[in-house]
Amino acid sequence: MSEWLQDVKDLTLKGQIKVPYTWSVGEVGSRFLVALRDEKKIIGNRCKNCSTVYVPPRKNCGRCFKDIDEWVELGSKGIVTAYTIVRYDYPLQPTKAPFAYAIIKLDGADVGFVHIIKEGLDKLKMGTRVRASFKEDRKGNILDIDSFTII
Amino acid sequence: MARRVAIVGTGQTYHKSHRLDVNGRELINEAVTRALADCELSIADIDAIIIGNMDHFESINYVDTWSVEGSGGYMKPIMKVTTGGTTGSSVAIAGYYHVASGLFDKVLAIGWEKNSESDTTAAIVTCSDPIWDRFSYSGAIPSLATEASAYMEQYGATQEDAARVAVRERTHALNNPYAQMYNRPITIKDVMESPMLAYPIKLLDVCPRTDGACAVVFAAEGVAEKIAVRPAWVKSCSVRHTTTWFGDVDYNTGMLSLKRASKEAFEKAGIKDPVEEIDVAELYLPYSYAGLKWIEAIGFCGPGEGPKFIWDGNTDMGGKLPINPSGGVMCTNCIGATALLRVAEAAIQIMGKGEARQVPDVTNAMATGFGGCWWSDVVILGKDKPN
Repeated sequence: MSEWLQDVKDLTLKGQIKVPYTWSVGEVGSRFLVALRDEKKIIGNRCKNCSTVYVPPRKNCGRCFKDIDEWVELGSKGIVTAYTIVRYDYPLQPTKAPFAYAIIKLDGADVGFVHIIKEGLDKLKMGTRVRASFKEDRKGNILDIDSFTII
Repeated sequence: MARRVAIVGTGQTYHKSHRLDVNGRELINEAVTRALADCELSIADIDAIIIGNMDHFESINYVDTWSVEGSGGYMKPIMKVTTGGTTGSSVAIAGYYHVASGLFDKVLAIGWEKNSESDTTAAIVTCSDPIWDRFSYSGAIPSLATEASAYMEQYGATQEDAARVAVRERTHALNNPYAQMYNRPITIKDVMESPMLAYPIKLLDVCPRTDGACAVVFAAEGVAEKIAVRPAWVKSCSVRHTTTWFGDVDYNTGMLSLKRASKEAFEKAGIKDPVEEIDVAELYLPYSYAGLKWIEAIGFCGPGEGPKFIWDGNTDMGGKLPINPSGGVMCTNCIGATALLRVAEAAIQIMGKGEARQVPDVTNAMATGFGGCWWSDVVILGKDKPN
């Protein structure tokens, strides 16, 4: 071992990057978010080729690689198909622990809708029916739905 | 027609949560130097380099260029490949493609990560769509936990079943001095008593964060045999990606991408009965429940049979199909290197260089990569040249 290694102290240097972004939602997603914000409505769309009803809606079906142009109104109820209850806090999480992330199959949809459940966590099971609960002050983003509540 | 390709050398760093004695370039150099020494080549023998790591983890976005001192890429063809968790298997497969194409004879594939340099979760959330998915599933744990709870409800698997997988990984790591969790055995009780993070995942059910690097040398048929006494031949590779919407994943069925990738890789390699014909597997299992559910997707056992397959000791050292003799991802997780370590460890098993972690008489070895929203890479290596 070289002699100088005996005296050396390993340093670390602090840094941080913080970059503002402006993300384009696109026409299809914008229609969904405007309906959420202005009418408290959840809308999806159906691929003509495979009949899959997507929510949030997509401009094209990723599997069939075909454009989608049929809109579907879905209502605000569905069932929990999978979930986890988060027990730790972390600044990027949408709310304080404990809360659940849930995959919610909205009535009439074929794919899951990812959202959170804050109340009644001890009653949560696969198959539990839930309803979207909207915020009073809605801004046109996915968290205009405050959370889902157990029916 | 693709050329036959073999792995002729591997190198890896000693892995720790914080390797403060080296910066990123120096860490890379450590793995590269060991890989070249392993196959007795010099950097001048290398025709091209593939390198990869996780975006945003070290805040360096031109790693291919930035790393040349460490990688040996000065005045060589070099490309960065980054695909999230699968980065390591992607650089391996890209290295294979380079040589198989006939354009390069000897290619160096490098994966590395300095996980200690950033907030892993803050960096990893940038893999989620910013408009639709980023508010949810911060980091890796909650989405994996969702899959695990669905699996438990579907098949009656228990937290103890998963703990058995965690214990296996730490037990195997007793044989691997490179592992971050070397000499840190745990019991099922330890796992069960560790703090609940997101039901049903507890602290000891998940992988650590690691500083480390891995390098692998690929060589073409005709060259490989002259370099290595026993090259590890690439018998097949398969890559399968799903969509990236968290809600589109069916958490109640087997892991589709791994199922499809395994099926294709086995077919290409001429493997009809994986559990009989694969002698050892180095699987990208980032958490314990994957050790139950994902081996079902590969086809080592049927749906819901994972726990019994594990408890019966099949996947332990000395079992029918040892999984992760290295201790796997739950003992070492330098993410950009993690899946390349799986490929390197599989090659080590074929080459008979595993020392304390060597499985006897390995003819076929399997490695997998896992990433992001449930996508999979599979690599099958063999002692014998592929047809």
